[in-house]
Amino acid sequence: MIHPRKWLVPALYILFLMLPIYGLLAMSFKTTGEILGGFSFFPQQFTLANYKVIFTDPTWYNGYINSIIYVVINTVISVSVALPAAYAFSRYRFLGDKHLFFWLLTNRMAPPAVFALPFFQLYSAIGLFDTHIAVALAHCLFNIPLTVWILEGFMSGIPKELDETAYLDGYSFSRFFIRIFIPTIAAGIGVAMFFCFMYSWVELLLAKTLTSVDAKPIAATMTRTASSSGYELGLLAAAGSLTIIPGAVVIYFVRNYIAKGFALGRV
Amino acid sequence: MNKTLNQKAWWLVAPVLLLVAFNAFIPLMTVVNYAFQETFGNNVFFWEGTTWFEQVLRSERFHDAFQRQLMFTGMILAIEVPLGIGVALTMPRKGPWVSVCLVLMALPLLIPWNVVGAMWNIFALPDIGLLGYTLNSMGIDYNFTRQPVAAWLTTVLMDVWHWTSLIVLLCYAGLSSIPDDYYQAANIDGASRWAIFRYIQLPKMKRVLTIAILLRFMDSFMIYTEPFVLTGGGPGNTTTFLSIDLVKIALGQFDLGPAAAMSLVYFLVVLLICWVFYTLMMRNEEQ
Repeated sequence: MIHPRKWLVPALYILFLMLPIYGLLAMSFKTTGEILGGFSFFPQQFTLANYKVIFTDPTWYNGYINSIIYVVINTVISVSVALPAAYAFSRYRFLGDKHLFFWLLTNRMAPPAVFALPFFQLYSAIGLFDTHIAVALAHCLFNIPLTVWILEGFMSGIPKELDETAYLDGYSFSRFFIRIFIPTIAAGIGVAMFFCFMYSWVELLLAKTLTSVDAKPIAATMTRTASSSGYELGLLAAAGSLTIIPGAVVIYFVRNYIAKGFALGRV
Repeated sequence: MNKTLNQKAWWLVAPVLLLVAFNAFIPLMTVVNYAFQETFGNNVFFWEGTTWFEQVLRSERFHDAFQRQLMFTGMILAIEVPLGIGVALTMPRKGPWVSVCLVLMALPLLIPWNVVGAMWNIFALPDIGLLGYTLNSMGIDYNFTRQPVAAWLTTVLMDVWHWTSLIVLLCYAGLSSIPDDYYQAANIDGASRWAIFRYIQLPKMKRVLTIAILLRFMDSFMIYTEPFVLTGGGPGNTTTFLSIDLVKIALGQFDLGPAAAMSLVYFLVVLLICWVFYTLMMRNEEQ
C-alpha cells in the first residue's frame, strides 16, 4: 500500500510553504535600491544593513522584548488557571457545567474586531493601558477557553483509577495534582502551551489597541514604520524575518509533543 | 467516563470564570450600551431602541460584506480540509523526516498575522515579488492591487498557505494513534486503499477533524489582519470582509451605534453556527 512516489505530496506542499518565506528572507538581504530596481531571485548586493538597524535601534528591538514578555505572561496565566478548571470539567459533574463549558468556548468565537474599542476603554479605565499585563490579560479571552478545551481532552484520556488510587494512598488533592497528575499530562500541557504561545504571538489587533509606547509589540512597530517612512521594504522584510525565529524555536522544542500529544489525548 | 457529582468543583473553575468574565462581560456590555443608544460624548446617552439594528440589517453594505465573508470561509474550507487530509495521509510515519516535516509545516502558524500579510504582499507584487513577477513573465496579466479576481485568489491562497498546516497537524496526530496491527489486518483481508481510509483512518480522524474545522471556521470568519495588510480590503470593497468593514465603521467613521449593532449581529451569527456544530458533535460523541 505504500506508494513509491508518496513523498511527493508533502514535499511539494512544503515547497509551497517555503516560497513566500524565501521571498521575505531574500528581500531582507537586499538594499532598497536593488529591491525597487526590479526582481532578482538571489540578492545581488548582499547586505546586513537592514538587520543592523533593527539590532541597534531600541524602538525596533524593544518591540521584540515587549512581545515576548506579554506572550510568556499570557501562557503562564492561561495554563495555570486552566489546569484546575479542566480537571473539574473532566472529572466532576456540577451545576451548570455543560453551559459553562459552552460559554467558555463562545469567547473563543468572539471576533477581536468587536472587542477592540471596549477593551481600550476598559483597560484605560483601570489604569493598565500600555502595560504588558493588559495585553496578556486581554489575550486570556481566547487563550483560556482553548487551553481548557485542550487540557480537558487530555485529562479525560487518563483513567480515573489513577486519582482514586492516589487518594486511597493518602494523597491530598493538591499533592496528588502537582506530584502525580501534572507529570502524567505533561504532553497535554506542552500542546496547550504551544497553542497559547501561538495565538498570543500572532495576534495584533488587540495588542496594538492596548499599547502605545512602553509595551508596543513588534508587529505594531512594523506597521508604523511601513506607513511613516515610505517604502523601506528591506527593513520591513528583515523585521518580519526575525519574527519567525521565536516561533521556530518553540516548534522545535514541542515537535514530538504535538504528534504524540494529540494522539494520547482524546482530542 | 462517568463523572461524580461534586458542587465544590466550582472552586476549581472559579479563577477561569473570573478572568474570562472580566474580559467578556464588561466589553460586551459596553457594546450593548452603544448598540441601543446614541451618544454625542460626555457620557450622555439617548435611547435609540432597535434603530441601529434595523439600519444594519437593511444595509446593502452589511449584506455584501456578509456574502463575501461566507464565500471566503466556504472557499478556504473547501480547499484546506481535503488538502490537509491528503498531506497528513502521505506524510512519513516514522524516521527523521517526521520532525523535519512537522517543524517546516508548523512554521506558517507561528508567524504574526500582519507579517503574513506583509510577506504575501511582497511575494505577490507584480513587478518585484517572486509570485507576481513569475506569473507576469509567463504572460499572465496579474496585479492583485487592481484586479478583483487576482486579489481574491491571492487572499485565498494566502489563507491556504497560512492555515492548512493546522489541519495537517491535527489529522496527523489522529492518524498516528492508529496501531500498526490495524493496517496489517486490513492488508491480510485485502482491503482497498479507499476501504482503509473510509473504515480505519477517517473514523480515527473524526474528532480531530471536527476540532480543526471548527477552529478554521471561527478564525476565518473573524479574519482581519492578513487581508487588511495584503489588500486593505480592496480593490474597491472586493476583499472587505466582516471584521474589516466593522473596524472601518467603528474606528474610521466613528459610527459607534451602527458598529456596535453590527458587532452583536456578527457575534450572534458565529455563535449560532458554532452552537449547531457543537451540539451535533456532542450528540455524535454520546452515541
